[in-house]
Amino acid sequence: MSILINKNTKVVTQGITGKTGQFHTQTSRAYANGKNCYVAGVNPKKAGENFEGIPIFATVKDAKSKTGVNVSVIYVPPPFAAAAIWEAVEADLDLAICITEGIPVRDMVHLRERMRKEKRRTLVLGPNCPGVITPDEIKIGIMPGHIHLKGRVGVVSRSGTLTYEAVGQLTELGIGQSTAVGIGGDPVNGLKHIDVLKMFNDDPDTDAVIMIGEIGGSDEETAAQWVKANMKKPVVGFIAGVTAPPGKRMGHAGAIISGGKGTAQEKLAVMESCGIKVTKNPAEMGKLLKSALK
Amino acid sequence: MQLVTHQTGPGGQKVRRLLIEEGADIRNELYVGMVVDRVTQRACLMASSEGGMDIEEVAAHTPEKIHKVFIDPATGLKDAEASDVAKKIGIPDKAVPEAAKLLQNLYKCFDETDASLAEINPLILTNQDKVIALDSKLNFDDNALFRHPDIVAMRDLDEEDPLEIEASKYDLSYISLDGSIGCMVNGAGLAMATMDTIKLFGGEPANFLDVGGGATAEKVTAAFKIMLSNPKVKCILVNIFGGIMKCDTIAAGVVTAAREVKLSVPLVVRMKGTNEDLGKKILADSGLPIISGANMGDAGQKAVAAVKGGKS
Repeated sequence: MSILINKNTKVVTQGITGKTGQFHTQTSRAYANGKNCYVAGVNPKKAGENFEGIPIFATVKDAKSKTGVNVSVIYVPPPFAAAAIWEAVEADLDLAICITEGIPVRDMVHLRERMRKEKRRTLVLGPNCPGVITPDEIKIGIMPGHIHLKGRVGVVSRSGTLTYEAVGQLTELGIGQSTAVGIGGDPVNGLKHIDVLKMFNDDPDTDAVIMIGEIGGSDEETAAQWVKANMKKPVVGFIAGVTAPPGKRMGHAGAIISGGKGTAQEKLAVMESCGIKVTKNPAEMGKLLKSALK
Repeated sequence: MQLVTHQTGPGGQKVRRLLIEEGADIRNELYVGMVVDRVTQRACLMASSEGGMDIEEVAAHTPEKIHKVFIDPATGLKDAEASDVAKKIGIPDKAVPEAAKLLQNLYKCFDETDASLAEINPLILTNQDKVIALDSKLNFDDNALFRHPDIVAMRDLDEEDPLEIEASKYDLSYISLDGSIGCMVNGAGLAMATMDTIKLFGGEPANFLDVGGGATAEKVTAAFKIMLSNPKVKCILVNIFGGIMKCDTIAAGVVTAAREVKLSVPLVVRMKGTNEDLGKKILADSGLPIISGANMGDAGQKAVAAVKGGKS
């Protein structure tokens, strides 16, 4: 097993005809069971056409009724991306994964409010995230597939390349991954660390979790408190941004220390107090996880 | 005149414009501000009777003096919510309708301009029971500027770091820091982690620099020029995890850039991922004195050692 996605997942790509959407659809389709997973694309102006054999529909709803897709991946440009997520939510998919970086925060605030009010069940991953991968089964997103190894360690992170770094270290040590999830670097997003940790806790094929965070907000602290009270599996962690100056946005829209809150030091302290082993050396995330497995 | 506040950094900022306000007959100084709350995912109005001072201090020492309302974006700040907050921060009954209107307008402004912060500090109450916004600050969501050309037009480049402006022309995410090791990394999280590694081994990063996912030779060259125009830089550390981006592309960019800028400080490169071997070969064959880092920790240590070696 795995969390969120597996080899039976059926994916629709929103923004399949753009340059980014095309490129990542090609690489994702070439990975593991991708050939059977990527079954539809959406572009209202190109309905009836196809992208390398993948049929294009006018709407997500259409794609769902014709092909049975249950997960969407979104590469739509920022001004239209929140509306694209809503389309996937309205079509009642299981999961909408938004890769797009640069969505206005207000658009996400309005989207999340509407989802809550209408009690929508669709899970949202991202925006501004690398996506999710279950090694040897399916890759949805922009991560390099070849660095992954099938196994029993869960990875959850706010950052793209830092996730690859952790995965690369694990693979080098011969430790495989059950699922690696990028929750994204935006301040207002869908799934958070705590949500993904809950899933890993319930997944019989995950033995331990690496949780990677960064400055800004308090999601890591909330997740750590939950881990302390509920998690049955070892969790290790790293927080990026010990050297980040306050008040400056460090690349990610959500990576900012504001009003003295959201520092890496504070997060690390809370995580440690909740029984999560942490390292200050990002080159040793893999080793730390290995030590927790014993 | 150079103005130094905790928002300008220790170097301060040159004052280029002044706004002269009519003297106000102040009875009370209050605080009102608005930000997006990440937990509730709503705009949050914060109001306090303790205005005119650092709100972070109030939050840290007397949090009960800060009143919060999480605003439903479908309705905006409701009449009852606005009046209630106004009363809680000590607005006398007579002035409550006016203050409530001001708070509702503050939300409207926050929402319509895609602000990330809208703050009035101090909001004053005069002896005639009038409420006046005496000073204010607005921050805007960079990601929403495409729909606010009027706000973009107000950008004052004199107030910004020249290197950060230069970097933004090349779509590089760059922030100047005070250390001596320039770093160029792909990805924001990895870039922060690289800075942390430098610090862990006793060095100080000179900058944050994320070249992003689609770095070309031109972008890498621009990044090198920007890092090196900081006179404090004594070493450059390149840390790349090639996923979509290929290591050989980056290596070729690094070699071109190092030649073009006639690199005179030590260069440490750590490369991992797609086409790693090809990339390393390009660096080795270039004949440039590039120090290779086996992993992020090793590269960080070598960069710190290179700076220390240079000093002795």
